[in-house]
Amino acid sequence: MFATSLVQTLTFAIAAMICVTGALGVVALRNPVHNALSLVATLFGVAVLFIAQEAYFLAAIQVIVYAGAIVVLFLFVIMLLGVDRAESFAAERHPLGLAVGGILGGGVMVLAAVTLFAGVDTATGRRSTVGALAPSDDLNRIGRALFTEYAFAFELTSLLLTIAVLGAVLLSRRASGPPIDLDEFPAEEPDADAEEVEA
Amino acid sequence: MFAIDPLLESVDGSAVLIVLLKVVVAFAALMIAVMAMVWFERKVVARMQNRLGPNVAGPFGILQTLADGVKLFFKEDLLPREADRPVFRLAPYLSLVPAFLVFVVVPLGGDFSNDRHGVVSWFGKETLVQVADPHIGILFVLAMSSMAVYGVMLAGWSSGSKYPLLGSVRAAAQMISYEAALGLSLLAVLLNSGSLSTNEIVSGQSGWNWNLWATGVVPFIVFFIAATAELNRPPFDLVEAEQELVGGFHTEYSSLRFALFFLAEFMNTITMSAVIVTLFLGGPNGPSFGPGWLQAILPTVWFLAKLLVFLFVFVWLRGTLPRLRYDQLMDLGWKLLIPLALGWFLLLAAFKIGQDEGWNRAVVGVVGTVVILLGALLISMAVGTARARRAAVEVEA
Repeated sequence: MFATSLVQTLTFAIAAMICVTGALGVVALRNPVHNALSLVATLFGVAVLFIAQEAYFLAAIQVIVYAGAIVVLFLFVIMLLGVDRAESFAAERHPLGLAVGGILGGGVMVLAAVTLFAGVDTATGRRSTVGALAPSDDLNRIGRALFTEYAFAFELTSLLLTIAVLGAVLLSRRASGPPIDLDEFPAEEPDADAEEVEA
Repeated sequence: MFAIDPLLESVDGSAVLIVLLKVVVAFAALMIAVMAMVWFERKVVARMQNRLGPNVAGPFGILQTLADGVKLFFKEDLLPREADRPVFRLAPYLSLVPAFLVFVVVPLGGDFSNDRHGVVSWFGKETLVQVADPHIGILFVLAMSSMAVYGVMLAGWSSGSKYPLLGSVRAAAQMISYEAALGLSLLAVLLNSGSLSTNEIVSGQSGWNWNLWATGVVPFIVFFIAATAELNRPPFDLVEAEQELVGGFHTEYSSLRFALFFLAEFMNTITMSAVIVTLFLGGPNGPSFGPGWLQAILPTVWFLAKLLVFLFVFVWLRGTLPRLRYDQLMDLGWKLLIPLALGWFLLLAAFKIGQDEGWNRAVVGVVGTVVILLGALLISMAVGTARARRAAVEVEA
C-alpha cells in the first residue's frame, strides 16, 4: 500500500539533514558544549542511515560507543576544564589557517564527489543510499570477519588499547607527594598537591 | 524500512494500524504505570518508616500523583539567569525520551512455550506483543541507557550553578562506570541465548529454563546492582545526595521541567525492571491453564507479577540501605563488579566450548575455576602491592 521507496527516500532526506545540520553546528557554534551536542546529532543521523541500510548492529554500536561514550567523555573534559563558555574559546587566527583549511576541505569535497559519481565499485565495491548492502545480517558478518580474517589485527588492536590504558594510568600518576589513603580521613592536609594525586 | 518488525514485512493498512495501536497502548500503559509507581513507592516507603503516606486524594491516596502533576503543571517555570537556555530546555527531554524508548523492545506478553515465539494473532494478522523486535534488541537498551547520561549531565551543566554541576559530573562518572559492569553481566545472558533479540532471549527461557539459573545467578546479581547504580536509585543516589548537593542535577529545575525529570526517573525504574525480567526471569513465560481467554492474558499477568517483585525490591532498597560514599561506589564498580562479571563470563564461555567439544564438564569446571582464582589472586596481589607501596611512601613523607 505504501510506496516503500518514498518512505526510504524521506528517511534518507531527514537523516541526511540532521547529519549536515549537526556537522555545521560543530563548526559554527561558539560554545564547546553546543559543538559537542551538534556532534551527537550528526552521529545520530549516521546511525539512522545505518538502520536504513539494515545495518542494525553498526547503528547500535555507533550510538553506544560514539554518542554514549566518546562524546560524553568530551563533555566531561569540557566541563571539568571549565572551557565551557564561549569567551574562553577565543584563539588567534593563523594567517595560513584559512588557506590550508580551504584546500583540505575542498579536497575532501572533490574526493567525495568523485567517489559518488565515478561508478558502482569505486570506494567499497558496493553503494546504496537506502536498502541493505548485504544479504545476511551485519552482526554475523562483522563477527565472522573480525574473528577469522582479521583476527590478528583485532588482537593487535586490543593489545594497543591495553597499553594505552596502562600508559594513561602511569602518566596521570605523579610520584611526588604522599598520596592519601582513601579508607581513612587524613588527619591534616599535608599540602595541596597530595590531594590531586588521588583525585 | 519496516523490517524492524519481521512479521510486518508485507506492509498494508491493517499492519500499520496494529503498529500504531501497539505504540499508543505501550505509551499509555507506561504513563499509567509511572503514576502507579510513584504512588506505590511513596506508600511503601511510608509504611516502612511507620507513616501513612498519601491517603487523601482518592481511595488509598491513589490519585496523589495526579494531584502533584497538576500542581507542578501550574507552577511558575523558572529559568536561572546564568542558565544556558537552549540546553536547559532540552535536557529534560533527553532524560525522558530514552526512558520511553527502552520499553519498545520489551516483550509484554504472548505464548513462548513450544517454540511459538510469542506470536499472537490480532485482527487476522500475526504479530508480537512488543512494539518492535530489532535483531539488536538488547543493544538498543544499552544505547538508550547511555543516552540517558546526557539528560542528567546537560541539566547539571546548563543550570549555571555549582551544585547541579557537581551532581551531574558525579552522575556521568557513575553511569559510565556501571555501564561496563552492566554490559559484562549481560554478556553471560547473550552467551546462553545466542541472540541479541529480546524475543529470542525470552523464547530461549521457556519451560522454567530461566537465565537466572542457566547463567548461574552471579550475572543476575551483578546486573541488578549495576542497574540500580545506572538508575541512580538508593543506595547509589549520590547524584542527588540532598545533604551534600541540595538536589543534585535538577536543583534549578521547577514546574513542568522538574516533573519531566521525575517522570523519567520512575519510568527508568520500571523499564529497567522490565529488562531484568526479560533477561533473567523469562519475561512473560509461566504456567498456562484455564479457558482460552485466560490463556491469552496469563503471559502478561506473569510478566506484571515478576515486574512488581522488582519494583518492590527497588523501593525496599531505598527504604533500607544508607547511601554509599563516592570512593566506595567506584571501588564496588571497578574492583568488584567488573572483574566478577568478566571472570564469570569466561567460566561460562569455557563451559560452552566444553559442551561443543564434548569435554568432561567437571574437568572444565575445576580447571576454569582454578584459572580464574589464579587470575583473581594475581589482581589482588597487584592491588595489595600498590597499596603497600603507597603506604610506604606515606610513612617516608
